[in-house]
Amino acid sequence: MGTSTVPYGRSTQKAPAVKEVHILWITAGLGCDGDSVSITAATQPSVEDVVLGAIPGLPKVHLHNPVLAYEVGDDFMKFFYDAEEGKLEPFVLVVEGSIPNENIKKEGYWAAMGTDPTTNQPITTNEWIDRLTPKALAVIAIGTCATYGGIHAMEGNPTGCMGLADYLGWDWRSKAGLPIVNVPGCPVQPDNFMETVLYLLYQVAGLAPMIPLDDQLRPTWLFGRTVHEGCDRAGYYEQGDFAEVYGSPKCIVKLGCWGPVVNCNVPKRGWMAGIGGCPNVGGICIGCTMPGFPDKFMPFMDEPPGGRVSSSAIGVYGRAIRSLRSITQNTVNKEPKWRHPRAELTTGYHPRSY
Amino acid sequence: MSTVTAPTKDVPGKSRNLVEMNWDPITRIVGSLGIFTKIDFEAKKVAECHSTSSIFRGYSIFMKGKDPRDAHFITSRICGICGDNHATCATYAQNMAFGVRPPDIAEWIVNLGEAAEYMFDHNIFQDNLVGVDFCEQMVKETNPKVLAKAESTAAPHSNEHGFRTIADIMRALNPFTGSFYLEALQMSRMTREMFCLMEGRHVHPSTLYPGGVGTVPTVQLFTDYIVRLMKYVEFMKKVLPLHDDLFDFFYDALPGYEEVGRRRILLGCWGSFQNPKVCDYKYEHMTEWGRAMYVTPGVVVDGKLVTTDLVDINLNMRILLGSSYYDDWKNSETFVKTDPLGNPVDKNHPWNQTTIPRPQKRDFNGKYTWVMSPRWLDKRTGDHLALDTGGGPIARLWATALAGLVDIGYIKATGHSVKIYLPKTMSKPEVEFEWKIPKWSNAIERDRARTYFQAYAAGCALYFAERAMEELHGGKTKTWSDFKVPEEAIGCGFHEAVRGVLSHHVVIRKGKIANYHPYPPTPWNANPRDIYGTPGPYEDAVQNTPIFEENGPDKFKGIDIMRAVRSFDPCLPCGVHMYLGGGKVLKTQHSPMFGVQR
Repeated sequence: MGTSTVPYGRSTQKAPAVKEVHILWITAGLGCDGDSVSITAATQPSVEDVVLGAIPGLPKVHLHNPVLAYEVGDDFMKFFYDAEEGKLEPFVLVVEGSIPNENIKKEGYWAAMGTDPTTNQPITTNEWIDRLTPKALAVIAIGTCATYGGIHAMEGNPTGCMGLADYLGWDWRSKAGLPIVNVPGCPVQPDNFMETVLYLLYQVAGLAPMIPLDDQLRPTWLFGRTVHEGCDRAGYYEQGDFAEVYGSPKCIVKLGCWGPVVNCNVPKRGWMAGIGGCPNVGGICIGCTMPGFPDKFMPFMDEPPGGRVSSSAIGVYGRAIRSLRSITQNTVNKEPKWRHPRAELTTGYHPRSY
Repeated sequence: MSTVTAPTKDVPGKSRNLVEMNWDPITRIVGSLGIFTKIDFEAKKVAECHSTSSIFRGYSIFMKGKDPRDAHFITSRICGICGDNHATCATYAQNMAFGVRPPDIAEWIVNLGEAAEYMFDHNIFQDNLVGVDFCEQMVKETNPKVLAKAESTAAPHSNEHGFRTIADIMRALNPFTGSFYLEALQMSRMTREMFCLMEGRHVHPSTLYPGGVGTVPTVQLFTDYIVRLMKYVEFMKKVLPLHDDLFDFFYDALPGYEEVGRRRILLGCWGSFQNPKVCDYKYEHMTEWGRAMYVTPGVVVDGKLVTTDLVDINLNMRILLGSSYYDDWKNSETFVKTDPLGNPVDKNHPWNQTTIPRPQKRDFNGKYTWVMSPRWLDKRTGDHLALDTGGGPIARLWATALAGLVDIGYIKATGHSVKIYLPKTMSKPEVEFEWKIPKWSNAIERDRARTYFQAYAAGCALYFAERAMEELHGGKTKTWSDFKVPEEAIGCGFHEAVRGVLSHHVVIRKGKIANYHPYPPTPWNANPRDIYGTPGPYEDAVQNTPIFEENGPDKFKGIDIMRAVRSFDPCLPCGVHMYLGGGKVLKTQHSPMFGVQR
């Protein structure tokens, strides 16, 4: 195509390095489908922004998620069988739900997707992970179950379930050299996940460098700060002003909030469209994005043991600050004395013409 | 004792040429569901049906020994689309066990959150998941003659919704491209914002607690909610006539369509939206406060209201085995011998259940599922009824209509119908809709009721918002009551998850959870044959469903079966597979790859 035939605006645009990408999504871990449901709430970007090509420079995306797919049954499973046979290139695999331990019992299954035509028995989710992960361009674990085990992996669980990196190994790399990308959250914050997908699509398109991940394989720009650092109630903490009852607008660390030590951006970003969240709207942070979730945060409604020391330490300082601030606040709550209806001007201006 | 759950329509002794076909997984539902059918293409009918689950997580096991205050945080994670219903139901059970009554405004806030959940969830399921079964693309592939008729059929309510013909409505439902599909998806986000205002986060709430909520009631909180609610009210004035037109058209275009997904009228509803003026969470007063709920609890058998008493509903719950991967618990501990009123509690009641998983090979002639078989004992007959929820709304509206108890200005139950009044909105005048008790419990009526219940939830929300603001303006902004966890206690919570009945039963010993059994709608709908041989509702509803699809076996989509199954709003994070067919397998094939043996 000669430059003369290209409208000027297109000179800024490049064809993506990869034209089309399939996203294969397995929801058949031990989960609740809450992450699939969550991403339908995303707007930054929305699922339709990505699927309909509303963002420039990206490959065309074919999404195969069982909650949203038009296809049913074998029409849907065909993509998975094709991917297994290397006929669906390239694809990104999304895994939702924790990975059970199928080796701890004599027979049967904890989690399965589809039926093996030769044995007429269910095909385990683990089997699908074994078949597909070697072929995937990238693998994303969505939600705390798939990333670290989550609720279903709590103490006393009967299935021995775990996160994807526990199952595949923390050093696992895709054939394109990417580690597992973990986007935790119970459920995942909608935009956090869609934004991670967007980043990976930029990377696949050749428009972004390797996705930056921390040692728990989380995108650093999303999980690099704590709940507390993004919480609009942190000001109360600074002043040593703590809520004693639920429903108070003050800092709720004494009521069970783990915000000061939890990696998560929800209070800053809100749950969706800037609305909702956790401690910012009166819900204690129970650490649902964390590898130690849920056991290390239970019982949820007790004050975190480590928090007692720091919240008492802040008490003295905070109370002093608060009283000093209240003096200043009183002052700034009063208008300057020259604003009045009397028949004299006291602003400091001395008129010569009236 | 067993009970007949569907009219028998088979001609006995007639030899049938059955074709086995399967769809696994069924998409556009929550959770993984597969369908295995044997179809009689000559008679144009589905032969038989079993239902089986593919995932086990073990909540009742890992909750033992945990702090009872954690129950609502944990059980929310049972479900990824109605987790908040679980959290809410768990707090109801906690409130009973802890003996705590939340302040009135806390109940209004929870009711506003739960109303938003119904408005969101029914909307996204109806128009982005189920709706695709009725979209132009699907109808073109399955019933081109029906699409041709739709092209020339004027939509009776086009003035209200703006679509000229039925085919225009179908086009608007095409996934990701249809205008109404996209509008509904947007609306499902706005209603989730409303939800987040009240309960913090969707789908696992952050601000619910036993004793009340952490939500801070401010003028802004209710402003933000109400402006969104009124946009939804306006939306409903379009959506409800649109669905009436679409569903009525199917009865017209395909005479006999009422048989699709039809089963005996056996509906359960456990009630929704507490009335804080009446509800003290004491078991001894449960009959009274149950009847004060803004969706009336009830069991409807063959169109008759058998009970509206939550104590009655509670005591007659039975959890049966028969085809499930569990050992019997008859030799395990009996936790609750009598309820607080002195009534005996059965060994198969959730309070006394012990979950003992035994993973094993799937055998359709023996054990084939992780789902147990909940039943409701009808004391009049001794039948263990396989109640269904019809996906929620049809049972809620039916029980509420017959009971005739709800009368809150926006909603009036008449004894034979439910009237829904919606006030003037930006571009549409006030309107009254009336849901009338239908002739059948079938796929179309389950779907239709869903739309009407969206309007019902919006009407309730208007009422709750007014009550909440009365509290706010009266200075009553305390949202939480303190409590102590007792050493020994029992509790139960009854609620309506979006897709139907929900109960949580807890036993506390030494301040810890000794037993916990949640019963969501899916076990009620998706269960297998019980020890008496009674099939579960899906099995029963799909069995004998007639086939209207124009495609022969080679291009068969199974659309009528899909509509029958999806009408129940399957929500299967616990994973359920269905196996349809008994008798001799003559030929096996995986749809749509006719002739390909895998």
